Amino acid sequence: MNAELLNDTQALALRIRTHALRMTSIGGGAHIGAIFSCADILAVLYGGILRVDPTAPKSPTRDRFVLSKGHAGGGLYAALAERGFFPVEQLLTHYQDGSDLSGHVSHKLPGVDVSTGSLGHGLSIAAGMAYSGKLKSASHRVFCLLSDGECDEGSTWEAALFAAHHGLSNVVAIVDYNRIQGIAPVSQVIELEPFADKWTAFGWAVREVDGHDHEALRTALGAVPFAPGRPSCLIAHTTKGKGVSFMENTVLWHYRIPRGAEFDAALAELEGRS
Amino acid sequence: MRDAFIHALTELAPQHPELLLLTGDLGFAVFNQYIARFPRQFLNVGVAEQNMAGLAAGLALEGHTVFTYSIGNFPTLRCLEQIRNDICYHGANVKVVCIGGGMSYGPVGFSHHATEDLAMLRCLPRMMVLSPGDLWEATEASRFLVDHRGPAYLRLDKSYAPPSNSPGEVFAPGRIRVVRQGRDVTLAATGGVLDEALRAAGLLASEGIEARVLSVHTIKPLDVECLAAAARDTGGIVTIEEHAVAGGLGGAVAEALLEAGAPPRFFVRLGLRDTFSSVVGSQQYLRKVYSLDSASIARAASSRLEAAIPVLA
Repeated sequence: MNAELLNDTQALALRIRTHALRMTSIGGGAHIGAIFSCADILAVLYGGILRVDPTAPKSPTRDRFVLSKGHAGGGLYAALAERGFFPVEQLLTHYQDGSDLSGHVSHKLPGVDVSTGSLGHGLSIAAGMAYSGKLKSASHRVFCLLSDGECDEGSTWEAALFAAHHGLSNVVAIVDYNRIQGIAPVSQVIELEPFADKWTAFGWAVREVDGHDHEALRTALGAVPFAPGRPSCLIAHTTKGKGVSFMENTVLWHYRIPRGAEFDAALAELEGRS
Repeated sequence: MRDAFIHALTELAPQHPELLLLTGDLGFAVFNQYIARFPRQFLNVGVAEQNMAGLAAGLALEGHTVFTYSIGNFPTLRCLEQIRNDICYHGANVKVVCIGGGMSYGPVGFSHHATEDLAMLRCLPRMMVLSPGDLWEATEASRFLVDHRGPAYLRLDKSYAPPSNSPGEVFAPGRIRVVRQGRDVTLAATGGVLDEALRAAGLLASEGIEARVLSVHTIKPLDVECLAAAARDTGGIVTIEEHAVAGGLGGAVAEALLEAGAPPRFFVRLGLRDTFSSVVGSQQYLRKVYSLDSASIARAASSRLEAAIPVLA
């Protein structure tokens, strides 16, 4: 990547969104709403927070990143390509026959630590990585991005209990709290509120942030661990489909594929032409 | 077998600082000595098997050799998807260990009987499946797994079958052990029920039938060569397992022999036939109920032998 994007996370977020729009449109992929929801979080993470090096994607000292909401794989691929982990051109193979870029994130790609896709797996893996880091007195951190929907999974809370019990202050859970899950709003499916209280009660140090405010995200993520000896949870209040007005806050765009006039309108809006 | 496993781990842990033993809060008092000596290589993750499997994957991706330990179906079926996605798909160096394979837990009830695990674990890509038949095999399989890289399943049961190894014998993973020679029929067993197969061979010998007894301690990869030789040499094969015949040893042997073009003249699968082991009783009692005791095995073999031998006028 270009150095400018490291400092300009807004530009990186825009590129993540436009890449993802093209990728899902060309390949017929779903989850554009879920990608847009966390595009700013990914941009801030890959725009300076994560200590990663595209020339040494397996470096033992790197920060680990687990995309537990694997359905937002398109967003992570875009961030990694822009950071130089693999060629940007490869993004257009997303969803295509024979591609390495499956819809749900794949560790075939350099820079991807873990393949996910089934919800509720990521935080356990992240906790395992973090426990190992503690055993080795390593200084890297493990960041895990979760969806709100996967907080329905019991396994997420098994991992939450474990991380707190073992004082894994090197693990950071970021929840993309856009309040819309697979086929309905969270409040109608399984209410998560009081959400921050739940994480606090489970022993995590919790902060809440506007998940589209880069400065706020940077400040919060730059301050981990939020409390000594405790895992950190950042609840990022987000808007599903953020960036394209007709996709925002809709259940529809969890699965709908942007094509034709909708694609053109979405791209125009992202690029500020509408 | 459980103690054989722990002893093997305790013996090897000092040379393997990367080794970690995780338990899902089971194994009361079993680990005391291990914990005392290697507190940093032990972790009780609580009654949370999904988390245990995911943690194990994360730890293995960081370079650890991880054993996950629990009983019955808890370390396997309860977290099968974590084993599939997190462990196997990533080729993570995790060994899933089940204590209480088959009907070891007898009267405790069907929830604690692991009777579909072999079928489910062996169909997972990259997963090696070991099911030792006696204490020697359990020790050797455990030792082997410490050095083996990649996902594996170790199914141990609570039987105390005496060691069947000969002096100086070397354990070869993936190779079936011929524990008794014979040319009339083959009894192929996996797990502690091997003991019943050996005793069945004794009963058959008193009838003048010489049974070859195989210990199939490695279900995957399966030793097709040895099975094909047994089919060719003895004609008939009886598979014996404390497990569902569908997909288990019986299923695996049938697949292998048909594909190898080496079908036996007759083939009998002893095990659970589309049923739960819901009868209450000790492991020994349940073996009788489900035709897995030595007498039932001998009967199954001799009756098929009689049926297969043409009567000369």
